[in-house]
Amino acid sequence: MKPTFSALLGATGLCALSTGAFAETLTIATVNNGDMIRMQGLTADFNAKYPDIELEWVTLEENVLRQNVTTDIATQGGQYDVLTIGTYEVPIWGKQGWLASLNDLPAEWDIDDLLPAIRGGLTVDDNLYAAPFYGESSMVMYRTDLMAAAGLEMPEAPTWGFIRQAAEAMTDKDNEIYGICLRGKAGWGENMAFLTAMSNSFGARWFDMDWNPQFDGEAWATTLDFYLDLMNNFGPPGASNNGFNENLTLFQQGKCGMWIDATVAASFVTGADSTVADKVGFALAPDNGLGRRGNWLWAWSLAIPASTDSMDAAKAFVAWATSKEYTALVAANEGWANVPPGTRTSLYANPEYQAVPFAQMTLDSINSADPTNPTVDPVPYVGVQFVAIPEFQGIGTSVGQEFSAALAGQKSAADALAAAQTLTVQAMTDAGYIQ
Amino acid sequence: MSTQASRSAARVMLSPAVISLLIWMIVPLVLTLWFSFQRYNLLYPDRAGFVGFYNYTTFVASPDFIQAIINTLLLVAGVLLITVIGGILLALLIDQPIWGQGYVRILVIAPFFIMPPVAALVWKNMFMNPTNGLFAEAFKALGLTPFDFLGDAPLISIIIIVAWQWLPFATLILLTALQSLSSEEIEAAEMDGAPAHKRFWFIILPHLSRAITVVILIQTIFLLGVLVEILVTTNGGPGTASTTLTFLVYKQSILNSDVGKAAAGGVVAVILANIVAVFLMRAIGKNLDA
Amino acid sequence: MARAVTTRRKTLTTLAAWGIALLIFFPILWMILTSFKTEQDAVLSPPVWFWFDWTTENYVTVMDRANYFRFFMNSVIIAIGSTALGLLIAIPAAWSMAFVPGAKTKDLLMWMLSTKMMPGVAVLVPIYLIFIKLKLLDTHFGLIIVIMLINLPIIIWMLYTYFKEIPGEILEAARMDGATLRSEILYVLLPMAIPGIASTVLLNIILAWNEAFWTITLTTVDAAPLTKFISSFSSPQGLFYAKLSAASTMAIAPILIMGWFSQKQLVRGLTFGAVK
Repeated sequence: MKPTFSALLGATGLCALSTGAFAETLTIATVNNGDMIRMQGLTADFNAKYPDIELEWVTLEENVLRQNVTTDIATQGGQYDVLTIGTYEVPIWGKQGWLASLNDLPAEWDIDDLLPAIRGGLTVDDNLYAAPFYGESSMVMYRTDLMAAAGLEMPEAPTWGFIRQAAEAMTDKDNEIYGICLRGKAGWGENMAFLTAMSNSFGARWFDMDWNPQFDGEAWATTLDFYLDLMNNFGPPGASNNGFNENLTLFQQGKCGMWIDATVAASFVTGADSTVADKVGFALAPDNGLGRRGNWLWAWSLAIPASTDSMDAAKAFVAWATSKEYTALVAANEGWANVPPGTRTSLYANPEYQAVPFAQMTLDSINSADPTNPTVDPVPYVGVQFVAIPEFQGIGTSVGQEFSAALAGQKSAADALAAAQTLTVQAMTDAGYIQ
Repeated sequence: MSTQASRSAARVMLSPAVISLLIWMIVPLVLTLWFSFQRYNLLYPDRAGFVGFYNYTTFVASPDFIQAIINTLLLVAGVLLITVIGGILLALLIDQPIWGQGYVRILVIAPFFIMPPVAALVWKNMFMNPTNGLFAEAFKALGLTPFDFLGDAPLISIIIIVAWQWLPFATLILLTALQSLSSEEIEAAEMDGAPAHKRFWFIILPHLSRAITVVILIQTIFLLGVLVEILVTTNGGPGTASTTLTFLVYKQSILNSDVGKAAAGGVVAVILANIVAVFLMRAIGKNLDA
Repeated sequence: MARAVTTRRKTLTTLAAWGIALLIFFPILWMILTSFKTEQDAVLSPPVWFWFDWTTENYVTVMDRANYFRFFMNSVIIAIGSTALGLLIAIPAAWSMAFVPGAKTKDLLMWMLSTKMMPGVAVLVPIYLIFIKLKLLDTHFGLIIVIMLINLPIIIWMLYTYFKEIPGEILEAARMDGATLRSEILYVLLPMAIPGIASTVLLNIILAWNEAFWTITLTTVDAAPLTKFISSFSSPQGLFYAKLSAASTMAIAPILIMGWFSQKQLVRGLTFGAVK
């Protein structure tokens, strides 16, 4: 056994040596989305400015990232110096005192340049707890060629009625063209993000002002019926397992007539991997005549755990990654269409960025989402496509499973709603919201 | 000759294993038991406190619980059925004189080396996906509507994936056992004019019984803990159609950050697993007396 | 004479065996093929089999984005370390269970196996807290210990069934000749049990290599093995089948190749006492 062990020690020793060249190492947890992978590719630029700081990337799939990062921050494990988290986590973790305030980032970073809707979502008690890396809303992406062939014209601000009509006209199952692709995979950040945003435009809400779940109401029934009707008749097969990615693949292959999803998808469906890049149009998320649109608001943001040993280095990195200079750097390397969107006013004032086909639509979508007042009736919570309480991850996913079961045809819409109501009442009672 | 000296030596030598396993089992178990009586959610540590059996009652009373137990048993039974029967047939086939036996064995073993996330990702995306998977292409080529494996038959799909991973293990053990069967016995039976199926039922199968026991026992231990495959492919759904007990605990622990309820679920899972184990030992344990 | 096989029959069984073997291997083959396609070719309908533009671009991208070598080394260290440590503890235990059995030996064995049935997720937070206290997070040592403990019951069981097949008289004879317990085990028992030990080692390396819960949860950078490498490619935005296939191929290649080269040793000992 002896040789094995010394070989083993030798190998570990080598690893330790090879990372010892920098004065300080930052461990950055991030999600494997395109914009973050691009950021990782630009590490050299950061190192040129801060030669003493080494960046150690932990790039993970969203679910694994969330699980690892949540466990670590809640137990004060101290494994990461910079975290990539979303608009859902920031207010909750900020309130717990787990995140460092970013109010003291340098003046040239220009906090006042952030889009107000995005900045508001990342601020608790006047403290900015995370710097937005990219922001997104949701919108309709559609195939201009199929729309024309169907003899229809997409209005800039369509109604759900029009979406149904267009989906019907575009569907051609024999040629594997499905009128509409929507999320169906269970998860609070998957189908429930879409359905919650959609339900807002139908006047539904998660809770009334006394935190009573509302799934037994008319508005949710209408939402779910409409969604199921749309997907069962004009959606792709296996939709109950389709999330953002699956739908993106389908759209890029030319199998979707319309797709309502995150605005960041725009750069992918018009990008190099797409077979339909030059045939994509954009429109605002649909409404139902009630004064609310079915679009959400999200920002992947960089936050720093309050317990980090490398606070200054971490702040230097966060400021670099979310700065105007970083945007310019990406634009210089990969073109304006690929810069991280949706965080700064100055970006949308830039004439070069205005030339990007989806720029204005993205900005309008972001600006029209209101996290504090998401739906028709007043709500006690913050969040458009989520409810910013710690319990929501669990509840949202369980409800999402019910709805995806309804989509898979295992349950009726009424049964799914009844089950959702029961489990939400139970969870909210457990958590002490309902006395 | 089992002297006092060797007995005490035996105890000394057994102790590192027993002690480390004891620590491994007791420390988490005690902590888990402790947490299972607490209200402890990672996301609001300030609301912690003793809650008695509350975590247990809500875990067991949840409508998903019974479904999860049924799904767990179906998953274990389904995979065992496929791998044992498939393994016997495959072992019989490979044991025949064939050309390139070594290569065949290499190909058959391969799935055993594949890490679960990779296996699940490949099956999900490249085979079972109803628009881009190879199965869908095969259905289309035959003029049929592609079947939505993970949506319409989630548990069966997971059983297929897990069975694919474990078939090599079963085959190998059964093959080794088969090869230890002396050919004289078979030849004698053939001389007596016993037809093939009788040779199988009365000579081969009894000879394999110990190997089958081993396969069932070891696989059950691993199968009760299957999680990654479910996580990657269906996330327990649609609905709760593929939620197993382990997945239910995962949901509490990771998605709800509810350490208390996850701990209660863990204790329940351990109790149930031990019931299964006792049951298994009763049913087949006599085969293990060596 | 009865076992004499006609060529016709041999041809048929050969065809059947090869057919089934290829079917079982096919998902892996398909994954490897896909890893050499462009992303567009990977989702082409109808699928392309061999006649596509072979490219290694996916491998370049994957290597570019992640330090494969470090993940690989960590997998090796954890797999070998946990197996070595496991053997160190398991050999004495298996010896005493096989040669000095007590009334409770079988219960003890069953109890050891039952420790494997605790679902890892249930104890995640307790273990994580312990790891923080002992400063074991993201260390090789911490992971080696955990993986070793997870697999220890299997190691002990395998060794126990092996040792039982070795006649106790041989050991006793050695003892009569004045051998100490240490040399009895080292020079008499172990050489006789080599096939069993080899196969135990191989099985445990495979199990350790493929463990995908603790290795993902308890590591960040320094000790992160290939299972974590996979989760950075598993579902990114955009087309990803080809890149995922390349990353997957890289993650399984070492263990697959090791397995193929050592399959004789693995198979010979993989009996768990099922063969008398």
